[in-house]
Amino acid sequence: MLNTVIPITLATLAVAAVITFARVLLGPTLPDRVVSIDLVGVLIVGITVVAAAGTGVQAFLDVALVIALISFVGTVAYARYIERGGPS
Amino acid sequence: MSDWIAGACFLAGATLALLAGVGVLRMPDVFTRMQASTKASTLGLAFLLVGLTIVQPDLAIVMRAGIIGVFMMLTSAVAAHVIARAAAMTGAPLWEGTKVDERPAGTEDT
Repeated sequence: MLNTVIPITLATLAVAAVITFARVLLGPTLPDRVVSIDLVGVLIVGITVVAAAGTGVQAFLDVALVIALISFVGTVAYARYIERGGPS
Repeated sequence: MSDWIAGACFLAGATLALLAGVGVLRMPDVFTRMQASTKASTLGLAFLLVGLTIVQPDLAIVMRAGIIGVFMMLTSAVAAHVIARAAAMTGAPLWEGTKVDERPAGTEDT
């Protein structure tokens, strides 16, 4: 049962990440791209969590926590950058 | 039995993540995209973490899953607020069907 569900879950998360990355490429303004990059980070955390469930390796959860932390700090830094004038 | 519950949690989380991706691609402006992104992604991640703790009910894994879940719940709200504030201050264009624009005068659609 889980041997079929976990690959399907991973594939769905990967498709979601690809769709979100299309918005990173298309996005008309810089906040659009920051929102999309934030969602890509969340999806990578989800992929890592499902990988931990599939393999039983506990270290994947530490990786997921660190990716979540870096994604949050990066988002806040991008927002400060936009508020202070952006790429102009 | 627990495998079925965990599988259902995994599929629900993956579906919510896919909906978040489609919402980010299809929504018309920054703020609507943001609500699709942050809400659906945190609920989807919560489903994935619940599925993980059902598959592997080990104390170390349950603790780490709880920490990740609480951390994402806290930080996604803060990140959404910060990005929304930055987008509003820099005058990001709104969807043409928007009824109320409470931004101060002079910052609209610059």
